[in-house]
Parts: sequence; structure tokens; C-alpha cells
Amino acid sequence: MRNWFNRGIPWIWLNAGAVAISLVLVVGLFGHIVFTGLQHFWPSNIVAFDYAEPGDEPVSVMGEVDRSEVLSVQAAQQRGFQVDEDGDLITRHRIKRGNRDITDRDFTWYVQENMSEWEYPEDAVRVERRQWGDFYGYLREVRVGGDVVAEGDEAWERFDSLFAENVPRIEEIGRIERVEIGNVNAEIEEVRLAQRRLQADETLSEPEREERSQALREERERWEAEYDQLVERRNELLEDIERFEAVFETAEGHRATMPLGDIVKPSRPNAMSIGEKTVFYVGEFWDFVSGYPREANTEGGILPAIFGTVFMTLVMAVFVTPFGVLAAIYMREYAKQGPLIRMIRISVNNLAGVPSIVFGVFGLGFFVYFMGGGIDQFFYAERLPSPTFGKGGVLWASLTLALLTLPVVIVSTEEGLARIPGSIRHGALALGATKGEMLWRTVVPLATPAMITGLILAVARAAGEVAPLMLVGVVKLAPALPVDGNFPFFHLDRSFMHLGFHIYDVGFQSPNVEAGRPLVYATALILVMVIIVLNLTAIIIRNHLRERFRAESD
Amino acid sequence: MTDAASTHSPGSGPTGPRSYMPSLQQRQRLRRWRAAKDWCGKGTIAIFGIGVIVTLVLMFVYLFSETAPIFGSAEMEAVGRYDAPGADGAPTLHTAMERYRQVAVRFTDDARAVFFYPTTGEVISEEVLNRPEGVNVTDFATGEARSRLVGYGLDDGTAIFLRHDYDISYPGGERQIAPKITYPEGNGEPLDVFAEEGYALDVIGVQRGGLGTAIIAANNEHEQLRVVLFKEDEDFLTGDVTVERQVYEMPWPEEGVEVTQILMNTTMRNLFVGGADGRLHYYDISNRRNPRLVASERAIQGGDAEVTAMDFLLGAVSIIAGGSDGSVSQWFLARNEQGERRLTQIRSFEPHGAPVTSIGPEHARKGFATAAADGTVQLHHATSDRTLARLNLGDEIEVDSVSMAPRQNGMLIVGEDGGFRYLDVRNPHPEISFSALWQKVWYEGRNNPDYVWQSSSATQEFEPKFSMVPLTVGTLKAAFYAMLFAAPLAILAAIYSAYFMAPRMRTVTKPTIEIMEALPTVILGFLAGLWAAPYFENNLPAIFSILLLTPISFIVAAWLWTRVIPAGVSGRVPAGWEGALLIPVVLAVGWFAVSMSPLLEVWFFGGDMRQWLTDQGITYDQRNALVVGMAMGFAVIPTIYSISEDAIFNVPKHLTQGALALGATPWQAVVTVVLLTASPGIFSAVMIGFGRAVGETMIVLMATGNSPVVNFNIFEGMRTLSANIAVEMPEAAVGGTHYRILFLAALVLFLMTFVLNTIAEVVRHRLRKKYSSL
Repeated sequence: MRNWFNRGIPWIWLNAGAVAISLVLVVGLFGHIVFTGLQHFWPSNIVAFDYAEPGDEPVSVMGEVDRSEVLSVQAAQQRGFQVDEDGDLITRHRIKRGNRDITDRDFTWYVQENMSEWEYPEDAVRVERRQWGDFYGYLREVRVGGDVVAEGDEAWERFDSLFAENVPRIEEIGRIERVEIGNVNAEIEEVRLAQRRLQADETLSEPEREERSQALREERERWEAEYDQLVERRNELLEDIERFEAVFETAEGHRATMPLGDIVKPSRPNAMSIGEKTVFYVGEFWDFVSGYPREANTEGGILPAIFGTVFMTLVMAVFVTPFGVLAAIYMREYAKQGPLIRMIRISVNNLAGVPSIVFGVFGLGFFVYFMGGGIDQFFYAERLPSPTFGKGGVLWASLTLALLTLPVVIVSTEEGLARIPGSIRHGALALGATKGEMLWRTVVPLATPAMITGLILAVARAAGEVAPLMLVGVVKLAPALPVDGNFPFFHLDRSFMHLGFHIYDVGFQSPNVEAGRPLVYATALILVMVIIVLNLTAIIIRNHLRERFRAESD
Repeated sequence: MTDAASTHSPGSGPTGPRSYMPSLQQRQRLRRWRAAKDWCGKGTIAIFGIGVIVTLVLMFVYLFSETAPIFGSAEMEAVGRYDAPGADGAPTLHTAMERYRQVAVRFTDDARAVFFYPTTGEVISEEVLNRPEGVNVTDFATGEARSRLVGYGLDDGTAIFLRHDYDISYPGGERQIAPKITYPEGNGEPLDVFAEEGYALDVIGVQRGGLGTAIIAANNEHEQLRVVLFKEDEDFLTGDVTVERQVYEMPWPEEGVEVTQILMNTTMRNLFVGGADGRLHYYDISNRRNPRLVASERAIQGGDAEVTAMDFLLGAVSIIAGGSDGSVSQWFLARNEQGERRLTQIRSFEPHGAPVTSIGPEHARKGFATAAADGTVQLHHATSDRTLARLNLGDEIEVDSVSMAPRQNGMLIVGEDGGFRYLDVRNPHPEISFSALWQKVWYEGRNNPDYVWQSSSATQEFEPKFSMVPLTVGTLKAAFYAMLFAAPLAILAAIYSAYFMAPRMRTVTKPTIEIMEALPTVILGFLAGLWAAPYFENNLPAIFSILLLTPISFIVAAWLWTRVIPAGVSGRVPAGWEGALLIPVVLAVGWFAVSMSPLLEVWFFGGDMRQWLTDQGITYDQRNALVVGMAMGFAVIPTIYSISEDAIFNVPKHLTQGALALGATPWQAVVTVVLLTASPGIFSAVMIGFGRAVGETMIVLMATGNSPVVNFNIFEGMRTLSANIAVEMPEAAVGGTHYRILFLAALVLFLMTFVLNTIAEVVRHRLRKKYSSL
């Protein structure tokens, strides 16, 4: 035994254990995110049971099992459960009851010992609603214009077909509200700004001004008429839909009438086969990725956040690539390799370790307030005091992140340049190429993969960075995407939504954290996927590159 | 080069085969063109390269330039000098300005209010107050600075109480200010205080609060101190206000003591009286029918010391007392060790050389100006304990009155000669000093000096508390616990995978751990805050038993594998795969600990460990340092692992081979040779990891609860510098003190991480050199 210890074997195993722990942590973390993120969209079965704490009347409960845990009887009593004290441990389940508008809490813990047998009623319905989160209950009646057209067993079929019929109407309403009214509003705002410009313009004579302002007034009226038309069309559609109503009954026996327009997606998970569930699952996932958020971001999709993240990163790439690559070429190929450039190199390297929030502070002070404020003064004076560039926006966010990721690109490019064998340079120069030609024709093409690696790593870092964005332009709910059909199409001054910030916002700032939690997991999953894919690409390119140069230098 | 070019000279005769080589001129042109392109390319690249470097320098310079102003002092510049407006020889008792500094007012000894332009001294209007014929003004008082209330004490036992108001209108877009006098109490008729007795109001104090108007007066000859309260009651149905005059007699501070100053706070619960005995007397009048002289404290030292000036700071909590010895000190009520509220001297400021004659509090901050009989005027700030500016008008001129503009950007000084001096004041950041940032500060309303960070509040009287200590401690605490978790794990893992691990396993392990570095910290933060924090709270015994059991289980597993299991079985797994073998052990221990957790709680902690901790007097926050340490440890493990693994892996092989050849076991070779050689690399890995932990924002923002407390309790939260910036920066007013302090925090973070990383980089560089020489 003594010898065994002296030879250090236990210590080696202890070290091995550290590796094992690290691996378990890493894999467990990813596994947790992937599993929980994907699980959210699966239409799990709806359970129904009667619940009675000792001495109480039983109540009917229906919902989805959210999570279960084992705890001691004392701990359970401390949390306010009435349980019999035989045995030390009890199991409790958290049930998502939904029906936030009827019951006050949509997530409730129930102790298993006090439950009756779980049932999975075939006709239990889960309704995803536009407001108040999910609804769980039984469909009782379908009404059209107040008259009952179906009830009992045939209600579901009738309801399903009516709902399918109305989907195009609902979609049209959404399009009118989101796109068309937005466009008209943008035009009206444009006219208003033109009016203000006209008033500020002192070179115009009085009649000229009057004439132009008359033209603007007419334009404005035209747009306002269009606006009214859109609203009217929307109201017509709404009226069409509002004729259809479904009457549900909750587990407690409460009756609820729901207009069809309030329903996003009805389903009967208990009656679905695995195949149907899979189809439903894919549909849910697609809705999540391609939909707009609802209810303070705790429901609906994350399209604007995905779009904002991608767009902001792309704009950042446009800035960071030329600057990073050219700076690296300068430092490696042109600058005199002395102590000064070594110092600069170390500094650039270290800049990658500077906290991102510092870049955010710089971005806010310098880009947003200083530069943005200046731009507003000179170019958007008619919009003041409401700022155009003098507030956070895509442009400033991408510039800030470009600064943040500059070291990544520089270091990576420099590494690529350093790895190119001197013989290639010498060969080019010996053939009479100028330095510029040598670089442009031989060195840079060879170093391109290194640059791409750097760029991908930069993009991956930028996509996951949240702290600086909170200061320079990310918002919880952007009224419009930074790209749309209104001139000039790319609105770099607009604030935007971001996957990472979405996670923070829904997880920590929203009024109903529990309801939003699955969505946070799903968002995290998407973000992790994007970043892992980007990183793996970079790693593969880099490895490929290493192999190639190893082969060439042999 | 083609053959043609080498065999035919350029420009050869038309008889020879046609040359494809360009002519001399063409070649020259081409060469020039290429040279120009080369030059342009070089220029462009140089511009970009230098531009990037300049930008990075600019970042530092900008952060510094945004921070620097908070350390500057104040400037005062005389912009106007004139004789007393509406000259008449009557001494000036008080001056004031409205917020735009367009109009100023002067209250004279003969009960007149003269409105004038502060820049020129030109009179706008004059109002003669209702003073009975033959009655003289004996004293003068002001309410809290922002209230614009003033009171005259008269020798017939009455007082005049009024307010100077300004109507602001914008006809044609231009600002116009019409000054006027209003009477919150009575209609300009003198108010009765000692009228029946016919005593003069030797000293007067006025205040107006929720209860109504109070006039406090003292007659030194008869040693009478009286509070007259015009109590206002609003009928909440009709909105009519009824006023009732109530009279309360106060005990005289001490027989033979002359009263010189009177102040009452706005809640009308505390009364402060300054005496010619150099003491401050505190009355508790929360029960007005039964007023109590609680205590008398010596404020001014010396034999014939006298409290010569006294005024409230903004908010009417702190009193500034100026004495005949030139001293200036701040006082407020604080509980002493016995729990009694006592008027306590908080701090004293740079003294004047002569008796203090006037105090001019600022209207929006805890700053004030003092003036003395030797013609000196000083600008102070209470919280930061700073004297920011000094002005000397000349030895002969005794300053009668000093007052600050409502936006603290101007000052009016009235000399004994009757001359007015109007000053521009630039005093943007008086709240900051070294002591305000880094030392314990005694804030208003607290009983002890303390480190507090509380940057804003809903009320205007709020005293901002900018102690960086809680944030710095929080930052270090978070980083410390993160390193406590990450450093051992990462370094041990690095040793194993660099030295013992089978190459095939290493090709999988290293990238797997390293890819963690790319994981957005917002995800770690959200998992820590939403999943780990409640989970840990419910399964505390599991966490601690895992920490305890895993190392033991590894050694047990090692014993079993190498000694107990027959070699035939264990020999099938080659050396270097121990890490993989232990994965099931880790999982088993984890599962065991979690399933045992509720039982452990039942057996040892009365069913609930969290409750048990609370019963032991240990505060437990759900989002605490334990959670943050693990989450942030997660974030820095890949960094430390990757760098130290490289350092260990690159230790020249012949060193270890030498050690092994001399008979060392592999473990001895590692400890004595490899670790020793690679230790600088490991050190720099820890440095870089620490730097990352210090600056990490999202994890601490989401998993700490963000309460700025000063302690190292693992079960409590904290607020770090970076999270503080993220929380408060969007709300900070641009260019304000708060904004600049956040810039300072960013600068500190910047410098700290930059220095840490530079040290690490230099160490690593040296190490690389050493390796290549070995």
C-alpha cells in the first residue's frame, strides 16, 4: 500500500479523474441544453388526476408534467405541503396547468402521495393562445355567430376544419399589422420629416414653400387614406373570424369561450400517434424558428432575434475583415520587426483578453454618444431631439464587436502568414515580382484559409457576445427588422434583437420566467448550435491547413 | 521570360522575326505602373495597419479622457462686479438666483427685496415688504435651499415670511422670467411670534414642510425660545385649506447662553440651535407639546467660541456649522453605541482663518460654499470630504453673504463694503475623491461609516454613494471562487492529458474541453441562474458530498483497478485510458450523491439544509458565490486547461526521459521535472484565467443577485464591476459623475486584465525561449 502511494499511482488517477470530471461536465452541459431545448416542442401527454391534501376536498388537475423531484418530508412541509409523515421522502411533480387567465398560477407543485391515479384522457386539448399562454381543457361546443353547430364527440373535427379554414385569414391579419401598416407608417413619417426640412429651409421663397408644403399635405392625406383602408380590411377579417367560437371546459369544470382568432395552435397530444407527434414536433420547431415573439417574448418564435444576430454579425464581418487582415499584413510583412512591433503584437494579443463590457462602454461613449450624436447634428437635424444614430443601433453594435474581434482576426492571419515558407516569398521576389505582387499573388492566397479561420472565430465570438451589446443597441423587442422594403432597405441605425440577449431577457427580465424557461432553453440550443458549427468549421479549416503546409514544407 | 526576349534585342530591325517583348518605353511604363501599384498597396496597408493600432490606442485614451474630469477640482471665475443693486446703503442679508441665472434677488436690512440681473447688477424691480413703521429688522433666516423661503425677524415680536418666485414663459420661443414675491402664510401681514410679549426676535429660523409653516424665534434677553406652527389641514373633500396657529415653548438651552442660530428640519421633528457658547443643541420635538433638549455638543473649540453660521445641506438632514474660529464641520443625527440619536460631528472641512460668516448650500448636491470675515470663500463637498476651490477677495473685505445658483454653476458674494461679486462656477464632479471611492464614508442617515455603492434613488435629496470597495470585493470574490473551482481541475486535467493520456484519447479530449471556450457565457449564466441556483438550493448536501466523494472514489477506483482486479482484465485497457475509465465513476458518484441528498438532509440537517444554514446564522442567497464560482469556473477551465496543457506538453521530452532513466517513477518525473519546468506556463494560464474571471459579465449578472455587499461568504451573492457597468450604464446621464465613475470602472477592468495578460504573455514568451534552449 505504502509503495503504491509512493509510486504516485493514486495521484495519477486523481489527475485522470480531473479529466473525467471535465469531460462529464462539458458533455453533460451540452447534453442538458440539447435535451431540454429539443424536448420543449415535443407534444407530451396531458395528465389528469384528482389532488387532495389530507383533510381537503379533492380537486381535478390537468396539465403537463414539467419536472419531478424527491425531497424530505420536512422540506416539503416547509414549502407548505400537507403530507402524512410516514416515510422520510416524498416525490413531487410540477404540473404546467396553463390557464393563466383562470387560475392564478400556471405552474404548480403537487405531491405524488396526495394524487389519484394518473389518467391520459383522449379528448384533452392543449390550445396555444395569443394571450395568457397555453390552455388545457376539453372541447365542448363549437359556435358560429352564437349558434352551436357542433358539440360532444363531433366538436373536435368541426373545430379542426374550421380552424384550418381560418388560418389564411389570421395570417393575413398578421401580415397587415406587421408589414403593411408598418410600411404606411414609414411613409407618413417620411412626409413629416420632409415637412420639417421644408420649414427649416430658408432658401425657398414663400410661394414655393407653400406649393411644396401643399404637395406634402396631399401626399400625407393619401397615405392616411391608405392607412384607414388597411385598418378597415383588418377589422373586416377580424369580424369574420370572431363569428367562430369554441367553448372549452377546464379540469375544474370552468367553462371558457374562446374566439378562433385567439388560438394559435390547438392539439390533442393524448390522441396523437408517434408519427403525428413527430410531424407536430417539426411544425412547432419550424414555427419557433420562423415566428415572431408574443407575450413579452415568452411565447412564439425568435425569428427577429436570429435575424438580428446574423445581420449584426455580417455587418461586423464586413468591418473586421479588411481591417484585421490588412493590419496583420502590415505588422507581419511591412513593419520593421523590432521591439516596438513586438510590443504592439503583445498588446493586440492581450486585447483579446480585455473584458467585453469594456468594449461596450467604449462603444457607448465613443460611437453612440460622440460619433452618433455628431452624425445626428449634421445629417438628421430635422429628426432631433429624437436621435437617429445617437442611440444604440446595428451599426454601432457591429463596430463595437468589430473592435472586440479584431485581435482574433489579426492573430489568426498573422499566424497564417508566418507559416508560409520563406522559399515561396523568395521565389516570387527572385522572379522579379514587387513586394506587393509577391504578397498579392502568392502569400495572401496561401494565407486565405487562415484568414477565413480568423473570420469564422471572430464571427463565432461575436455571435455569442451579449454584454457589450446591452450598451450599444440590443433591445428586448425591436419594432422592425433592420432590413425591410423601405428605402434605404438596410437600416443600420435601428436597434435589433439578439439571441443571447433574448436568453437574458426572457430568463431574467420577463414577468413570467417559468413560462419562458423552455423557450430560453430552445433559444440557447439554437445559439449553441450556431456557435459550435462555426467553431468546428474553423477548426476543420485550420487542421486542413496545417496538413497542407506540413506536406508542402516537407 | 520567353525565348524571344532572350535572343532578340529590343527594338531589333523590321527584318527579324517580330518580337513579343514590349518596347523599352512600354516596359518602363509598365515598371513605373507596377512600382506605383506597389507603392499604393504599401501605403494602403500601412494606413490600415497603423489605423488599427491607433484605434486600439484611442480606446485607452478615450476611456481615460472620459474618466479624468472626475479628479479635476472646481473653478470659479469672477464675471461681474458691481455695487449693491438699488443702492441705498442698507446692508444685504441674503441673495439668491433662479435656475437659469437670469434673475437674482437681494434681501436688505430694511425689508426690501430687490430683483436684479446678476451679470450687470441692473435692477429689474423692487418690492418693499410690509414692515410696520419704526420697526427694525433684527434677524433673517432662510428655509431649505431649494424652497426659496425667507423670513425676517422684527423687533416688535413679529416675523415676515415670504417666498421669491419666478414665472417662466416662452413668448416667441424666448425665455422670459418674471420675478415676484409670494406669501405662503398670511397675506404679507407680519406673523405674530412674540407680539404679545413685545419681545424682539433676536434669532429666527423658518421652515415649511408637510405640516405647514414653522417659525422659530429666540429672544436672548428673556431667554425665550418659541416655535410657532401654522398648521395646515386640507379638507380632502373640498380641498380647502384651514390654517391653525399653534404655539410651542421650548426649553432654553442653558441659562446665560446666547442663541445665535436656529434650524428645523422639514419633517418638523428635530430642532437645532447654535449658541454663542460654541455648542449645538439638539431638541427632539416629534412630540411638540413635550419638547426635549436631548443633548448639547461642542462644535466649536476655544474659550469664547461661537457658532457664527449654520445651515442645512440639501435634504435638511446634515447641518454645516461654521464657527468664530473659522472651523467648518458637518453634523447630523446618528445613533450612538447606546442606540440613542445624537447630533454627531461627521467630518470637518478645511478651516478659514477668520470667523465663518455665511454658508451657501448647493441646491441639487451635498455641496456648499463658506465665506469668512477675512475675505475668503471656499467651495466644499460633504460626501467626498473635499474642499474644491478657494477664493480670496482681500484681507479687508469681510464677506457678508454667499449663495449658490440652483444649478450650482454660479455664485453671488456680497462683501461688507456692499460690493457684489458674481462668479461663474464650474464644479462638475465634486462627489469624487480618493476617500469617497476607497474608504469608509459616513453617509447621511447612517450610524457608522461604511462602504456603500448606491448610485441613484428616486428622491432628489439622495446622497449618491460611490464606494468602489463593494464592487471590487465582489469582483475578487467571484473570481476567487471561480479559480478555486477551475484552477485545480484544469491544471490536474492538463497534467494528465499532456503527460499520461493515450494520444488517441487526447485527440478527442483536448478539442472537447477547448470548445467549451467558445460557449457563450450568457448560456452559462442562464443555466447558473435558472437551473443551478434553485437546484443547488434544494440539493445542497449533494453538492458537498460530490465535492468530498469524488476524489475519494478516484483513489478507491485506482486501488481496485490496479490491485484488486486481476491483471488479465485490467491489462486489456492500455495505460493512458484511466480518464475514460473514471467517467462511469464520476457519473455513479454524482447519481449516488443526488439520490442520497434528501436522506442526508433528513439525517443531519433536520430535513432542510438551507433552513439549517439559516438557523446557524449563515445567510443563504439562492444566487450565491458557490453557483457563480462553478459557472464561471466552467468558463475559465478551457482557458487554463488549454494553456497549461500546451506548456506541459512542450516540456522537452529528453528531460523526462533523463529522469525516468535515473529511476524516477513517472509521477516523480512529473512532479520534479515536468511541473517545475512548466510552472511559469501554468502560472500564466492561471493569470489569464483569472483575468477572464475578473472581466466576465453575463455569468455574474445572471447568477449573483447583484447586491453590492462586502463579504466573502460563499452562500451570499455579490456585485462585480463588470455587472455593475452592464446594469447601470444605460441609465447613467451622459457626462455626469455616475457615468464617469462607470467609465472609471471600465478603465480599471481594462488596465487590470491588460496587465495580467501582459505578465502572462511575457512569462510564456520567456518559457518558450527556455524550451528552445534546453
